[in-house]
Amino acid sequence: MAKITMTVNGRQVSGQCDDRTLLVHFIRENLGLTGTHVGCDTSQCGACVVHMDGMSVKSCSTLAAQAAGSEITTIEGLAANGELHPVQAAFKANHGLQCGFCTPGMVMTAVDMIRRHGGQLDEATVRAELEGNICRCTGYHNIVKAILAAAVEMGGARVAAE
Amino acid sequence: MGVEGIGARVARKEDKRFLTGKGRYTDDMSVPGMKYAIFVRSPYAHAKIRSIDAAAARAMPGVIDVLDGKQLLADGIGNLICGWMIHSKDGSPMKMGAWRPLAHETVRYVGDAVAIVVADSIAEAKDAAEAVVVDYQELPVVTDATKALEPGQPQLHPEAPNNLIFDWQIGDPAATDKAIASAAHVTEITIHNNRLSPNPMEPRATLGIYDGGDDHYTCYTTSQNPHVARLVMSAFYNVAPENKLRVIAPDVGGGFGSKIYIYPEEIVCLWASKRTGVPVKWTSDRTEAFLTDAHGRDHLSTVKMAFDADNRIIGLKVDTTANLGAYMSLFSSAVPTYLYATLLSGQYDIPAIHANVRTVYTNTAPVDAYRGAGRPEATYLLERTMETAARELGVSPAELRRVNFIRSFPHQTPVIMNYDAGDYEASLDAAMQASDWNGFAARKAEAAKRGMKRGIGMSCYIEACGIAPSAAVGSLGAGVGLWESAEVRVNAVGTIEVLTGSHSHGQGHETTFAQLVADRFGVPIDSVNIVHGDTDKVQMGMGTYGSRSGAVGMSAVVKALDKVEAKAKKIAAHLMEADESDIVIENGELKVAGTDKTVPWFQMALAAYTAHNLPPGMEPGLKEGAFYDPANFTFPAGCYICEVEVDPETGVTKIIQFVAADDFGNIINPMIVEGQVHGGLAQGIGQALLEGVHYDPANGQLLTASYMDYAMPRADDLPSFTVSTSNTPCPNNPLGIKGCGEAGAIGSPPALINAITDAIGNNRLTMPATPQKVWAAAHAAN
Amino acid sequence: MYETHYHRASSIQDAVKLKQAAEEGKYLAGGMTLIPTMKQRLAAPTDLVDLRHVAEMRGIKVTGKTVRIGAATTHSEVASSAELAAVCPAICGLASHIGDPHVRHMGTIGGSIANNDPAADYPSAMLALDATIVTDRREIAAGDFFTGLFETALEDGELVTAITFEAPAKAAYQKFANPASRYAMAGVFVARRDNGDVRVAVTGAGSNGVFRHRDMEAALSSNWSPDALASVTVDASDLLSDIHADATYRANLVKVMAKRAVAAA
Repeated sequence: MAKITMTVNGRQVSGQCDDRTLLVHFIRENLGLTGTHVGCDTSQCGACVVHMDGMSVKSCSTLAAQAAGSEITTIEGLAANGELHPVQAAFKANHGLQCGFCTPGMVMTAVDMIRRHGGQLDEATVRAELEGNICRCTGYHNIVKAILAAAVEMGGARVAAE
Repeated sequence: MGVEGIGARVARKEDKRFLTGKGRYTDDMSVPGMKYAIFVRSPYAHAKIRSIDAAAARAMPGVIDVLDGKQLLADGIGNLICGWMIHSKDGSPMKMGAWRPLAHETVRYVGDAVAIVVADSIAEAKDAAEAVVVDYQELPVVTDATKALEPGQPQLHPEAPNNLIFDWQIGDPAATDKAIASAAHVTEITIHNNRLSPNPMEPRATLGIYDGGDDHYTCYTTSQNPHVARLVMSAFYNVAPENKLRVIAPDVGGGFGSKIYIYPEEIVCLWASKRTGVPVKWTSDRTEAFLTDAHGRDHLSTVKMAFDADNRIIGLKVDTTANLGAYMSLFSSAVPTYLYATLLSGQYDIPAIHANVRTVYTNTAPVDAYRGAGRPEATYLLERTMETAARELGVSPAELRRVNFIRSFPHQTPVIMNYDAGDYEASLDAAMQASDWNGFAARKAEAAKRGMKRGIGMSCYIEACGIAPSAAVGSLGAGVGLWESAEVRVNAVGTIEVLTGSHSHGQGHETTFAQLVADRFGVPIDSVNIVHGDTDKVQMGMGTYGSRSGAVGMSAVVKALDKVEAKAKKIAAHLMEADESDIVIENGELKVAGTDKTVPWFQMALAAYTAHNLPPGMEPGLKEGAFYDPANFTFPAGCYICEVEVDPETGVTKIIQFVAADDFGNIINPMIVEGQVHGGLAQGIGQALLEGVHYDPANGQLLTASYMDYAMPRADDLPSFTVSTSNTPCPNNPLGIKGCGEAGAIGSPPALINAITDAIGNNRLTMPATPQKVWAAAHAAN
Repeated sequence: MYETHYHRASSIQDAVKLKQAAEEGKYLAGGMTLIPTMKQRLAAPTDLVDLRHVAEMRGIKVTGKTVRIGAATTHSEVASSAELAAVCPAICGLASHIGDPHVRHMGTIGGSIANNDPAADYPSAMLALDATIVTDRREIAAGDFFTGLFETALEDGELVTAITFEAPAKAAYQKFANPASRYAMAGVFVARRDNGDVRVAVTGAGSNGVFRHRDMEAALSSNWSPDALASVTVDASDLLSDIHADATYRANLVKVMAKRAVAAA
């Protein structure tokens, strides 16, 4: 057991956990932020994606101890002042989610993707960038559409999905 | 329709909580004193259990208890059941072997549960599970259904000699054989429908809570049908009487059939909660999901399709062997029979059909309904056969289908189904136009210049949704009725709650069911709440599967709304001193037609509850319930066209376009319907191109037990889809709905395989058409 | 995951010391392979020595044609380095297709080569680029470093701190990904020096891990073009077979990927 301190969604938090505790379990169990999900054991589905120091990472393949001292943003930290983040709003407007389980990881991935690519985003790039996120409900069609729409909203993508 | 009524493209009410991380899935639930469960599972596909020694495990840090199958048996917990009785053609009932929630004598597949460890943390429970010593005596293994029927193979259940569960038939064998004998041409083909793992992204989970004070149980679970779970756990597993068992299926992260069934873990966690005195939560990891979630498909069939000299189908003979795995899951017997062989007429007028189906035990995970459930198997078989026949007969695949389409309705097929409405040519034309079918030759030539092999393929599917009516399915062996219930509660201030026995796990019921109310009363959907998934809140219901929520669940809502409307009109008429037949409801007001007299909706509702001024003899309040039992199945149909390019050097198939033209009857929310089609297409394309469960035939080990080896469709495996509908309303339900949840998964696999085989010029290709298989087929002689 | 003890190293010296003090310790770089392996209980180190905060192990330095990449440099840093792209875009391209964006944010070049997964991408680049693996105690030629499946020449406790290589005249990497895991089922890195020397390294396919294909190297040395590979045979008997690809198909993929790499270089 060790005491871990990090900043989560702008607030400094501490918690006791085993060194073997994964970041996702620290977030879910210690902090009660259950929006970050676990969908696989082999680091492939991306339901657990959060941002660590501004970059998307898989919280199921990161120890809480590794994240000590870092700034973490989870899905719960994205909407500001009750307003959906443009990516969240685009997912809703474009029906980019069905069961909602992969959605937090998808949204966090999309925010990171738009941060890195900005105006360079097109459909092929979005599909390639989603390699680490699996959705079983949507066939990705509306997720891709939502991300492209959000990229336009946030500052310009060149090609729309349809 | 209004902006929020029937037919409107309304954004989903439920999205905000999912988008902000506020969804509440079973694994998110936490209650005071809760402990964690890990199941000890068999590492062998077939073995006798000599002994289980949990003494060391019980002594480990954090361990509350370790419980096994003998204790479960001693406490009177029953066997898992199969809820649909099928009789073999010799009249004998299906041969069901015992499925214990925790095996105590024999394990029959890798992952079979033998004990539960309850501990303070998951890590400690895992540590202890490794310390449980199970002494197994290994037995020989069989994983292939055809082989399992052969003499001398390992026997799974003493009740089922030669591993044969039933040998069932449908249709007219003599008429079919006669048609084949007299045919101008007979197309023969062997069809393999690959075994799949459903893979909802939320793994199964359950939280069992026993309250000793009231002798009451609560079960949170990842279920598509919580009431059925409660019924089965009470009536068959003896967990608790129904009035002492509350089942809650909160937000559920996808199901696709795999969460219909009541699995051992739910039962065992409830029982373990009573035994240990603590709430017990279990969450599957993905490997456990691959090992123990019911799989889908796994058919091997031979087909003979007979044509006359005018290319009309005169007979169809099918022989199918279906692998049901180690135990009979809840609806496993219905899938390869009444959900499969009854659809073998497809969209075609076929005078004689005969299908024979054998179901078989093997040392593999149980197989049950997965998105489409029987109908994808029928469609794949028929549409691959039609494509093959068109190639053999030298006619275009579209023309062969046109010649054989059913064109008048109702149409009675030789395999039970009575199709009520449809226009198959409309979908075919729409799909051919959308895909520019006629321009394909030029595109193929252009691709050839780049060294790529381009192909195009189609599939004309029909399916049956809203399985019904209850009396009919009962006569065919179903253990339950297949109606649905609804209750509409108008609150005193006019807001409305709709309680439904349907369950949403991605389908968007909280929006579409509210649209029905908005449409009827002109109230905003934000004033309507949909309540589902809790047996303490909702009257009995049958849940969501088989694309039944629209056709059956919404019809029940409509019936309840009819009753609410009638009473509301009576109250309004009384308040306005008018005749109730003159009352109309518009924009949230009750009006006397042709006058300026109105009563706002909320005022009428308030009057119902103050009861100060109601018509003489009227009961106070405004709450109505209804049960709806459909008169027939519904029959969605459509045409899918897929165009691919195959890289002959690597065998990689790239989908250039995928066009879906569907007939779903009337549509409540086109945005949600399109989303359902997209998702279904992805699963069908996944089956055709990527997915397949593989067991090692030598030892029954699952070789595809994680995403490292089971290829899930990802965004870059798929194109954007071109979807459209041309709809003929269903005449058999009040909304004219047919259902849309499974069509994509049903219609797409044959379109894709027909396209690839067209591209490579070799018809011999099995699903999944992996690059290696396509490469080999492209370089082999046809 | 079994119990373990986490340590955060601040320097190379500190890391080596922490590892030495541990009973069955392991270095933890990005953790993208190690942590999933530990989750499956297939690895059980008593101690983990986190290298992510060792500043001297991070960063890319290009001097003329000499490249030095710190072992703790992430795949995404390699993929997006303009300096590196100017002299050896092939390695940037390779890094940009390892795993997925989230894996690339954490996974490191040092972790990849020290692990020597037979389906990892980097070992092929190291071999084809004739790179030198720099450790806390010595320098090892890539040709001597990769010794078998998950096996390297690293001694107990030895820490990869950087890799260096001379940028080639032309190079490219082509990967055929496993449809499920997306790891390389056949990945070929080709590199040609100014003096005409050619190296072809194959990953994902060999039953003994990454290897050089000498016949292809010879063919390409005399004629640097995809056509030069037409007559070269890839021997399937040394290649992996699994449910996704048998050795014959892998042999085909090796050749196709090699041709495409030469075309892309």
